[in-house]
Amino acid sequence: MKKNISSLVKNKSKMNYDLDLLKDMYKKMLLIRRFEEKAGQLYGMGKIGGFCHLYIGQEAVVVGIQSAQIEGDSIVTSYRDHGHMIACDMDPKGVMAELTGRVDGYSKGKGGSMHMFSREKGFFGGHGIVAAQVPIGAGLAFAHKYNSNNNVCITYFGDGAANQGQVYESYNIASLWQLPVIFVIENNKYGMGTSVNRSSAGDNLSDRGKAYGIESEIVDGMDIIAVREAAIKAIEYCRLGKGPYILEMKTYRYRGHSMSDPAKYRTRDEVEKIRKTSDPIENIKVLLNKMGVADKVLKDIDVEIKSIIADAAKFAQDSPEPSPSELYTDITIN
Amino acid sequence: MTIEILMPALSPTMEEGTLAKWLVNEGDSISSGDLIAEIETDKATMEVEAVDDGKIGQLLVPAGTEGVKVNTPIALLIDSTESPHTSIKSIADKPYLEKEKITTELKIEKTVTLEPNSSIITVREALRNAMAEEMRSDKKVFVMGEEVAEYQGAYKVTQGLLDEFGNKRVYDTPITEHGFAGIGIGAAFGNLKPIVEFMTFNFAMQAMDQIINSAAKTLYMSGGQMGCPIVFRGPNGAASRVAAQHSQCYASWYSHCPGLKVVSPWSSKDAKGLLKSAIRDPDPVIFLENEVMYGQSFSCPDDDDFLIPIGQANIEKEGSDVTIIAFSIMVGKSLEAADILNEKGIKAEVVNLRSLRPLDIETIINSVKKTNRAVTCEEGFPFAGIGAEISAAINENAFDWLDAPVNRVTGKDVPMPYAANLEKLAIPQVDDIVNACSEVCYKS
Repeated sequence: MKKNISSLVKNKSKMNYDLDLLKDMYKKMLLIRRFEEKAGQLYGMGKIGGFCHLYIGQEAVVVGIQSAQIEGDSIVTSYRDHGHMIACDMDPKGVMAELTGRVDGYSKGKGGSMHMFSREKGFFGGHGIVAAQVPIGAGLAFAHKYNSNNNVCITYFGDGAANQGQVYESYNIASLWQLPVIFVIENNKYGMGTSVNRSSAGDNLSDRGKAYGIESEIVDGMDIIAVREAAIKAIEYCRLGKGPYILEMKTYRYRGHSMSDPAKYRTRDEVEKIRKTSDPIENIKVLLNKMGVADKVLKDIDVEIKSIIADAAKFAQDSPEPSPSELYTDITIN
Repeated sequence: MTIEILMPALSPTMEEGTLAKWLVNEGDSISSGDLIAEIETDKATMEVEAVDDGKIGQLLVPAGTEGVKVNTPIALLIDSTESPHTSIKSIADKPYLEKEKITTELKIEKTVTLEPNSSIITVREALRNAMAEEMRSDKKVFVMGEEVAEYQGAYKVTQGLLDEFGNKRVYDTPITEHGFAGIGIGAAFGNLKPIVEFMTFNFAMQAMDQIINSAAKTLYMSGGQMGCPIVFRGPNGAASRVAAQHSQCYASWYSHCPGLKVVSPWSSKDAKGLLKSAIRDPDPVIFLENEVMYGQSFSCPDDDDFLIPIGQANIEKEGSDVTIIAFSIMVGKSLEAADILNEKGIKAEVVNLRSLRPLDIETIINSVKKTNRAVTCEEGFPFAGIGAEISAAINENAFDWLDAPVNRVTGKDVPMPYAANLEKLAIPQVDDIVNACSEVCYKS
């Protein structure tokens, strides 16, 4: 992966990054990481059940893209969704309480890790079936276009989902109808335990849009500035009514596919190497240092975040389980 | 040598059509492949090609004639050396045509009574009117599906919608059910009100994951945040001579799933009132039509706000001896069976379910408590079918009132066969209902 943070930041006329934005992005990535670490810990303690897919390592993708969005844009993703929710400013308490299956969770404890939503924040899930969110994202984009509201839908899916037929059905219709949807492929190299090379024919997943006339770009997803830059370009393209856009984010997850995955399909060395050389949070930290931000300031941010996460974890364990009467609510509206 | 040119069958369910226009005159020489006429079927206007070479000797059926039965001779083809008749004989000179026409008229007169503030329209027209009225009153309502726009609907149900509402409201999709169903669901999550037409529900199997996992379950999984106001509609049930993959009733499949509402109209009135309720409903509604019913005419209220509430059955015919519980096309067959049973001294009550989920158990139970006998009717397979569910509901709620075990009339437990005789055996017929009712009345 190419390292280009410094060169981009030096080129101020191109990106014009200010320190506050970088600090915000750092803070948000760190919030996601600490949240996920805590979720992993609570899972190990038996406080969180079922499937739990952690986002550690991929933080730059969602935070970089989120930094390029405007009010009213919608987001939809798969079951690896905690990071996306935190990126769009959903309350970590509500997310964590959903993980513990409590009534104060975003879905009142009825959805769990994979199924959370916030209409208010433009977050449309949280979908448990691989690639099901892709046509749904195109549909949300359809609604944006139908309402002529100049918003776009960011539709995230993984390299594993990229082989599902409904992705290509969505590409086709999105391109035919010029829908304002950005398809973000979070290529973390493994669809569960199968490497992308063993599951996906062809060189790059992004190339697959070409057959549908969809513009695409491959981005270093460990480099938040590269992500943001690509997102600005793609979102601008969509907002101008030119149709969909594909961003293939080359990223990496440090943890297993889910908590119950021993990750025997890759070596510890492989993970360690990427952590050491490409960690998105470490990278931005180094950059902030270079720009004159003192270690103490960064440390204070970490302390603040740890406290937010500790509160969320406590809240999620103190919140009561949903009342048995909730069993029969929310099945239909009327 | 004279060859009779016959009225062709241009679709699996076509029984008659309109000879819209002759494209040849008497005396014209034609070759195989030449266009000779335009024929309007219940689905489309089609051009008919000549099969043989020769000269048009006589046009037997004038342009504009409606209700021309399949296989009626419509023209005579003669050798190019012969001379044609100079005039078209009147239809009255053709006894076979006259007879067919009278039969058709009698049938309509017998079955359709015009109610006040209503018109006699086909189920197809009722469905179209329902959509058009709702699209006029609510800009969030739009239609998407295969061939719904420019082609005017594979079964002409969406005919005219593109002309009235334009291509921002009526969308032709590619033949990718999984994808476009998901896009419809996404649009519904985005606060629009999509009507997604499946050309038939057989093809909705491709979209089953989106319908069940996304449309039906998301409200629950989101703790009530994510409503999905969408209608999936299209023909369901046994069609005609299209074999196992294109001829099946999916009522029990969808009714099985919490989060969905499932309705299935019989008459034009049902079609209009239920479809309008479905479009206005905030939940995902599976709207199961029947291809064979599209062309049938019924009295239907004209009112733009005529609604039939989802979850309410209707007693189509009152009776005291046995309750027949049916939906969709089986309601008509049940009414026919009730007439036959009446002659045998059995007074059958016919319940038209209209909705399958929620099921109007109260109406069923009240009727069974009155008649003490029940027969369920559906085109679907017997195993884990709608009849099984109704039977269980009757056991749970009216066991002590029963004078006989509940009897089920269903499609046979086989994939739909193609051969005409086998297909007839597989699809429940009026006689099957008569026999089932006689059995529970111990009069067989």
